[in-house]
Amino acid sequence: MSSKRRASKAEHLRRVLATEGDAVAENTQGFNQGRYDSVADLEDYEGLKEEAREIKEDAIERLPDLIENLREAVEANGGTLYLADDAEDANEYVREVVADVDGDRVVKSKSMTSEELELNEALAGDGVDVVETDLGEWVLQVADEAPSHIVAPAIHKSRESIAELFEERFDPDRELETAEDLTMFAREKLGEQIADADVGVTGANFVTADSGTVALVTSEGNARKTVTATDTHVAVAGVEKVIPSVEDLRPFVELIGRSGTGQDITSYLSLLTPPVGSPTLDFQTDEVGSPDDREFHLVLVDNGRMAMREDDDLRETLYCIRCSACSNSCANFQQVGGHAFGGETYSGGIATGWEAGVEGLDTAAEFNDLCTGCSRCVNACPVGIDIPWINTVVRDRANRSEHGGDLDWLVEGLTPDEEPAGVDLQKRLFGNFETLAKLGSAFAPLSNWVAGSSVAGAAMERVLGVDDRRDLPTFQRETLKSWAEGRPDVEDPDRAVVLFPDLYTNYMDVDRGKAAVRALEALGVDVTVADECASGRAPLSQGMVATAREKAERVADDLLPYVEAGKDVVVVEPSDHAIFQREYERLLDEDDHEAMAANSYEVFEYVYGLLENGASETSLAAGDGHEVAYHSHCQQRTLGVDTYTTAVLDRLGYDVATSDVECCGMAGSFGYKQEYYDVSIAVGEELADQFSTEETGDRQVVASGTSCLDQLDDLLDRPSTHPIELVAPEPHGRAE
Amino acid sequence: MSTTAGGPPVDRFLDRLADFDVTHTVVAPDGVSDAIADVADEPAVGVELPDGLGELPGFVATDPSPSDLEAAATGVTHADLGVADYGSLALPATADGVEPVSLYGDQHVAVVAADDVVPGMPEALSALGDRFRADGDSVVLATGPSATADMGALVQGAHGPKTVHAVVVER
Repeated sequence: MSSKRRASKAEHLRRVLATEGDAVAENTQGFNQGRYDSVADLEDYEGLKEEAREIKEDAIERLPDLIENLREAVEANGGTLYLADDAEDANEYVREVVADVDGDRVVKSKSMTSEELELNEALAGDGVDVVETDLGEWVLQVADEAPSHIVAPAIHKSRESIAELFEERFDPDRELETAEDLTMFAREKLGEQIADADVGVTGANFVTADSGTVALVTSEGNARKTVTATDTHVAVAGVEKVIPSVEDLRPFVELIGRSGTGQDITSYLSLLTPPVGSPTLDFQTDEVGSPDDREFHLVLVDNGRMAMREDDDLRETLYCIRCSACSNSCANFQQVGGHAFGGETYSGGIATGWEAGVEGLDTAAEFNDLCTGCSRCVNACPVGIDIPWINTVVRDRANRSEHGGDLDWLVEGLTPDEEPAGVDLQKRLFGNFETLAKLGSAFAPLSNWVAGSSVAGAAMERVLGVDDRRDLPTFQRETLKSWAEGRPDVEDPDRAVVLFPDLYTNYMDVDRGKAAVRALEALGVDVTVADECASGRAPLSQGMVATAREKAERVADDLLPYVEAGKDVVVVEPSDHAIFQREYERLLDEDDHEAMAANSYEVFEYVYGLLENGASETSLAAGDGHEVAYHSHCQQRTLGVDTYTTAVLDRLGYDVATSDVECCGMAGSFGYKQEYYDVSIAVGEELADQFSTEETGDRQVVASGTSCLDQLDDLLDRPSTHPIELVAPEPHGRAE
Repeated sequence: MSTTAGGPPVDRFLDRLADFDVTHTVVAPDGVSDAIADVADEPAVGVELPDGLGELPGFVATDPSPSDLEAAATGVTHADLGVADYGSLALPATADGVEPVSLYGDQHVAVVAADDVVPGMPEALSALGDRFRADGDSVVLATGPSATADMGALVQGAHGPKTVHAVVVER
């Protein structure tokens, strides 16, 4: 990416942050909290998610057969099923249906698929008046804007801006001020339009192959009116919406509202087996007619989906039920919304899969870097899609589709990777952080002085897009490995571990590595420091999958012999512990991944286990009521291992307050990138604010992740430290 | 799924109706007419209640025209099922117009038999699945009044009813 493009991307993000950021943050964070609260009421949330996942896996596997079953059911009910190859084909069919009934007006309930098809534009081209009846969609239609959220499309608009819009467009005879005024005004306006409509177009959240039933999840009642008030019903849905049976709706019905906007259930779940059995309503003649006069067309759209079904990495996208949990749980999305974090139609984390499959790689690559791989969406997704992995794969594909640049030679020596020429220089720099760290450490402190100079800073920003406002990491001459070589053995140890010296701990934050070793030794553990320190996390986050795989294999070769010899693996950096647990499944063969995952522990997880098994807590530094503010790492939280840090700190007598933001916003290299600096800071400020209240403002700040510590150091006046440095004997960094 | 353990489903159903801002009265079949009359505003439209669910009060007009629907303050219909876990009412699409009658008025009064309340979604979907497959029926599971948050705050009463009252009939 050229420095000019970076600057224009940064400018676009700043504009979205300034104009829409507050409304998007308030709404998405409300939905996200609602999700936590609502799923907590379920007796077996995880079981329901697994069931939902299994139904989708099975349905996509059997899709061609299910479509044929569905066709039989729809036709037996008296409707028609049309399978459209692409958007043009689908639009052509709907246009014919509308023309056949001499339709002048089409009313629509909310449908993302019809947005994907640009159906409104196609119908308008025939002179048909198309009216969106979902209030949010209607506001956008009036304002001529695009949705910023897949469930709540006008989430970026405030009540005031909607009132202004209505005043300007409709010159209403009464003042519209409250949300209720606005809603009643819209209901009235749209009620007239629906009464005069000829054709009703809906989407479908699910379609059951056994009965031909279309399930619509709504709250306003506009979908009900759209179907009831018109004689001709057209339902438009992607082929992936087909599930085997009515009974299979169960987990989705219980999960979709809770996962999305935090509602236990939405007001209406329409289970329509069309043509529906209600009388027709003719508002012009004021007469009701026979249900037999109703007509139904189901348009199932391929538009790239059947190819996604054959794609081992994109297939999971088809399990998506468009609930918006991945948007709402995403720290970056919470700040910028779908106008920045989205493509032609879809937005949020899963949009990368949809846009890559439906529109193409270029569209997905435009916004895909806003996924930092923090993984907070993974547990939120009701069908368990590995959304970060889809983002990583698409980034890899986008990297490989770029042409070689003129400046590749600049980073060539620093980038002994497995990637083809053409990968963005900035990505190659961050992806090859191992080489940089080794050189930086070997030449410290000189390398730190050079990197810290204003000349180097400006050059880094111009050529590589490393934001000059960020401090670069300070490399240490003495690495953790060289320090540990001189350590005496623990006599008669209770256990033996191999400590994985991640890049940050080995070359930069060496003190936290020393503290980890001292703490473990004090608890009777013999510690060996491993040779390999690059887990593959750095290249993986840049979409450099082949390079990450090569590193993962090196790490497994280094660590697994220790495991076979009965040693446990202890990891200080949460993102590296997480890659062993999660992403190595994609990078290593099954046995190696299982061995790595089963035998590696985040350092506080391990300390907790030692204390539970009889190690004496008096070997560690007592808290004596010392007040700390703790921020756990996003990936640590996804794995549920953040609780061990708070449990150990509690047990040692520390007084712990915790943050509840989804991510710190630094996310490895993300916050260093010039184009994303402002987004990173906006996310980080939410965390900084939580640690600057009356209750937390004087507490010592501790955090588990290197990135989190860097971000907190940049945003708070007081220093932050890894919690292991607090509890290790001979404590360092404890603010006495 | 939530907490159906213990207690009859009707108790849970009544609690959940309240959670979703649906008021209710529990009556015998011969009390249905009065229970409706107590809450319904005029003009009111309705569909004849199935056998065993009592009678509509005289002021509720059946076979409404489209303009009657639009003018109605209250629509009175039966519900085929109640779903205890969610306080949901199953409103069938019938030729006499349960769907429009329950949709157009500012208030919807739903009459449901206590013995038609099922504990949760699995039971409801199993009962409905059989009907959809056999008869091509359509049903709306309605939970609380219609609502929107699209205008900057939560508003009850978007395109559908602003309030809902359930008359639960103990036979």
